[in-house]
Amino acid sequence: MAVLTVPRKAPKYVLASVLAVIFLLPFYIMVRNALMTRQQVSSPDWSWLPDPLSWVNFGDLFADASVPMAHSLWNSFLVAIVTAPVGTLFGSMAGYALARINVPGRRAVFTYVLVTLMIPQSVTFVPTFVVVGSLGGVNTEWGIIAPNLFSAFTVILFRNFYLRFPAEIEEAGRLDGLGYLGIYRRLVLPNSGSMIASLGALMFIESWNAFLWPLVIGQDPSSWTAQIALSTFLTAQSVNLPALFAGALVTIAPLVAMFLVAQRFIVSGIAASGLKE
Amino acid sequence: MTAVMEKAPAVRVVAKRRRRRDWRAIGAFTVLTGPVVLGLGLFKYVAIAWSFLLSFNDARGTITIGHWIGFDNYAFLLGDDAFRTSLTTIALFTVFIVPITFVASLGLAVLVNSIRRGKAFFRTVFLIPAAVSYVVAALVWKMALFNGLPSGVANVLGGLFGADPVPWLSETSPPVYWVAVVTLRLWLQVGLYMILFLAGLKAISPSLYEAGELDGTTKWQAFRYITLPQLRNTSVAVLLLILIAAFQAFDEFYNLFGTGLSGTATAPVKPPLVYLYDSALGDQNYGVGSAGAFLLTVLIVVITLLQGRFVGFGKKD
Repeated sequence: MAVLTVPRKAPKYVLASVLAVIFLLPFYIMVRNALMTRQQVSSPDWSWLPDPLSWVNFGDLFADASVPMAHSLWNSFLVAIVTAPVGTLFGSMAGYALARINVPGRRAVFTYVLVTLMIPQSVTFVPTFVVVGSLGGVNTEWGIIAPNLFSAFTVILFRNFYLRFPAEIEEAGRLDGLGYLGIYRRLVLPNSGSMIASLGALMFIESWNAFLWPLVIGQDPSSWTAQIALSTFLTAQSVNLPALFAGALVTIAPLVAMFLVAQRFIVSGIAASGLKE
Repeated sequence: MTAVMEKAPAVRVVAKRRRRRDWRAIGAFTVLTGPVVLGLGLFKYVAIAWSFLLSFNDARGTITIGHWIGFDNYAFLLGDDAFRTSLTTIALFTVFIVPITFVASLGLAVLVNSIRRGKAFFRTVFLIPAAVSYVVAALVWKMALFNGLPSGVANVLGGLFGADPVPWLSETSPPVYWVAVVTLRLWLQVGLYMILFLAGLKAISPSLYEAGELDGTTKWQAFRYITLPQLRNTSVAVLLLILIAAFQAFDEFYNLFGTGLSGTATAPVKPPLVYLYDSALGDQNYGVGSAGAFLLTVLIVVITLLQGRFVGFGKKD
């Protein structure tokens, strides 16, 4: 490896840099268009930078009465902040029981969970709508949240994680007189931090970016998430383009920040979820 | 030695627990698995059973069962040109997106893996689009990159090479909208699969390459005869993930080709899920919507199994 000289390495960096520019191009476009005036953004002449910076677009975005952007962002936040921790906890609980508590029928419960993985997620939006609709979940936040709290995928990943969990920790708890639930709550759960962070981050991203299900169940503007609001904005009659791009920026900002801060967990979550059997 | 001595009492404790038909274990197991078992029961098992029954009912504007019409909904779907066209659309989409995403993500992984300095930077840059939703990406693609105006980014770039402006999303002959659809998904997803390949590459023992070097293999030979076979499991998983995701495409089609009056007309491109959305939510025909969901599920399961079979055959060669 040390034989490689600088000139031989250079093409690799040139290629990687060119690709990096291409990958960042849509982000640049978003920022550029979000800060341009309406005339500038639709001008036939290309300009690289907005001049002057038109911050008023962000005000216009939240002032537009036909698209309740602020409330939609709040809904997105609510959905993601409930789905991620609760869904991860349910997954961890079931995964632990399936991996470490040996009772008759355990195999059957595992199969019961596994079978639902076979059915493609988004294809079931009609059946799920039938059930959630009949329970009165249309146009409600809980209707958006409830079906996504139970992820067979998360259960299986946690089970794999707990199958490799050191038995000494549980033994220590047993010697201290803890029952099964006590061991799980006081010893196992606090020692599952990295896995919880990884899968929780993925669940947060997934529910923040979800589109089909919130579109199906949240038909009233009061239950729109940010994605639905943007999509409606996108197909509205007269589009205020800079405000639309400002909306896009505001919507991706929390997740981009999360990717930069918690990338370690996100990467290990992605790696784990690709290696399912 | 000490480890063995410590094990003995533990084994006896476990044996004693077994004999008591441990009700405390059964209770804990029930409490821990309860939420998931009930949730999946309601939102998967009950939902799918109900929907399956609905698919044999005339369920227009209702979700109650009672107007049995046999296979009429299925017959309607299979006879409907729009549904058959949606299947062609998704098949074409799959043919484009699967190999391109696979090769691009593998290529990126090999590239990033071979970089010493700045590796983390490039990995982040290629992964960061995964933070963006399909809605936002569709917005950027439709309103800026491929808006068809002379000032659209794709046309500006084309102009540098002397190309005339192209109405990317409305032109159907040739169907250039595929460029927009495929690049959008590629941009969003390629980083995710790159991460999977990077994990696979990391697991390859360096001694294999060292042995190869002793045998005087070229870089290409090392890739072809060491890297690729070692990535076999990762490749199968990645292929399957790309394929299943492609079959469930909805968001970008809905937002790129939506019926909204956003100035420019777009080509009428509808994959099956958009068709199902229109019939279930637009026409309130839950019978047809359910039947379509089942046809699509069967299709995906069959393709998944076929691919497993195909890959399985390859293994024996």
